[in-house]
Amino acid sequence: MAKPAPIQEAATSGTLSFQESDSTLVLRPSGRWSVESGIPSLSEVDRRLGGIRRIAFDTSSLESWDSSLLTFVTKLVELARAQGVDVDRSGLPSGVRRLIDLAEAVPERKDARRKDIDRPLIEDVGVATIKTVEETRSTLAFLGELVLAFGRFFTFRARYRAADLWLFVQEAGAKALPIVTLISFLSGVILSFVGAVQLRMFGGQIYVADLVAIGMTREMGALMTAVIMAGRTGAAFAAQLGTMKVTQEIDAFKAMGFEPMDFLVLPRVIALTAMMPLLTLYANLVGMLGGALIGIGMLDITPAAYYVETTKAITVTYVLLGLFKSLVYGAIIAFFGCLRGMTCGNSASAVGDATTSAVVSSIVVCVVANGIMAVLSYVLNI
Amino acid sequence: MMAGNGNKNGAAVITARDLTMAYGDFVVMRDLNFTVEQRDIFIIMGGSGSGKSTLLRHMIGLEEPAKGEIFYGEENFTRADEGERRRIMRRVGVLFQSGALWSSMTLSENIGLLLEANTHLNPAEIREVASLKLSLVGLKGFEDYYPSEISGGMQKRAGLARAMALDPIVLFFDEPSAGLDPISAHRLDELIVELRDSLGATIIVVTHEVASILAIGTNSIFLDAETRTITARGNPRELLARSDNPKIRAFLTRGQEPMEKQ
Repeated sequence: MAKPAPIQEAATSGTLSFQESDSTLVLRPSGRWSVESGIPSLSEVDRRLGGIRRIAFDTSSLESWDSSLLTFVTKLVELARAQGVDVDRSGLPSGVRRLIDLAEAVPERKDARRKDIDRPLIEDVGVATIKTVEETRSTLAFLGELVLAFGRFFTFRARYRAADLWLFVQEAGAKALPIVTLISFLSGVILSFVGAVQLRMFGGQIYVADLVAIGMTREMGALMTAVIMAGRTGAAFAAQLGTMKVTQEIDAFKAMGFEPMDFLVLPRVIALTAMMPLLTLYANLVGMLGGALIGIGMLDITPAAYYVETTKAITVTYVLLGLFKSLVYGAIIAFFGCLRGMTCGNSASAVGDATTSAVVSSIVVCVVANGIMAVLSYVLNI
Repeated sequence: MMAGNGNKNGAAVITARDLTMAYGDFVVMRDLNFTVEQRDIFIIMGGSGSGKSTLLRHMIGLEEPAKGEIFYGEENFTRADEGERRRIMRRVGVLFQSGALWSSMTLSENIGLLLEANTHLNPAEIREVASLKLSLVGLKGFEDYYPSEISGGMQKRAGLARAMALDPIVLFFDEPSAGLDPISAHRLDELIVELRDSLGATIIVVTHEVASILAIGTNSIFLDAETRTITARGNPRELLARSDNPKIRAFLTRGQEPMEKQ
């Protein structure tokens, strides 16, 4: 009697032979049938079906079988049905017969199979437009709710845990210092190198100090910190809130009378927005140190000259402009991190999507905001 | 349509009137009418995807009905404003399917948060009450554990302790035995009955576990996914004994009486 193939057996392929008598085609599967050696094609059978009214099986020389035989027989039954040929299954091993009966027990749901819908371009555009409108609406609704939450916060009616706020302040502040140090130091070094190559051409190496000081305070300090915080804290917010949505923790807050906006979103937004200017101030300083290292070490500028040049270049306005930008970036990152988390779907992959989307949206919007602020500061002569 | 099974004299705690639930254009259930009476263990049963959990979400205000209303006692919950709803929900406890404990807080803080927000107890008293609630579900000593540090069954019991934090008069259970071994599931059933008897609470359970439906249910509604409304109601044991509705019979006998008659 043929048994299902043990796994450890070497894959020596099974064979299939045919015998015709009267109008009956007898199929003789023999040897070891295994999926590892493939499933025989039906074309052999198809070719021999002329004048055949009945198909039968002889499995006396079949040593073992697995899904390969099952699949073959299932396909064969379909083919035979299409051609009006009877299939006599009594010759099959009983295990095969029972499994095939099981597979046929529930007929195929014709409408269940997914079709590749070939949508016309105009429909694609329409669907995308509707989606964009809906997304804009939900973003604005979230913004509105956040404003209301801030209203409650400033009138001391918002309910949240002070411990949470401190935790997020630490998360978005002190714990980000090492990475901010590294990135802003390197930003200073890079600015300094780029400047050095150009300025050396007309003997203006000393102006590297100006370039680094102005570059860091006005632009790079805030922007690099924003990129770091988007990837670090913004993503974390989206993942935390998204997971809480999936595990029904947010539902629990709502059902038990807590406003998730006050309890979960508010402390995160406040912590990140408040920490961003501090981190940026620190980043500016470290960046200028990086620039000074190159200026003094490689461009033969004396420390005193570098220091004097730096203090001449920096103005309070530049520093304040950079800090203002960082405040805007902080709000943007916290907003998108929380928005994507709170509007996350109900699966593990949705949390991943929310996180990705939080980082991408916050960086894009930060850069756009920077562009707008650059134009404004030019117009306002800052 | 008849509301409730009429053979009890308890007061109506929750009433649904012509409730229709929908996600966008997709109607989940329509024209639901039922009354949950005081001290009932009211079972919302039905096959997978019949909208049992959706109905629970409507009853606790997490989803808004497409049509119809839900009343708590005489108060219209659906038309109530934020503050009134919060006041009504203060006496309602919910055990979510996965426990839904707040993962960033210890068990004691999970329970304490509700006490802190709704009472004037001082921190030491809050901790004592939280400890008491945990001991009621057999988790004394686990006050300072985080939800991720305890097993699924313990999380569920801790979720129950949190649901009981404010001495609710109505308790909702969403699939209480899901993910529990048979013995823990049975213990939870016993705990539910015990809570009803000792707290005098009204209990609403969403489940498809036939064993626990028959063991604890005093009244029920059966949501039928095909007709999208209630097709049977009443005490589950009586339904099993007397109902001639083939679908509810098939459900309560776990398919041993197939519903081919109709």
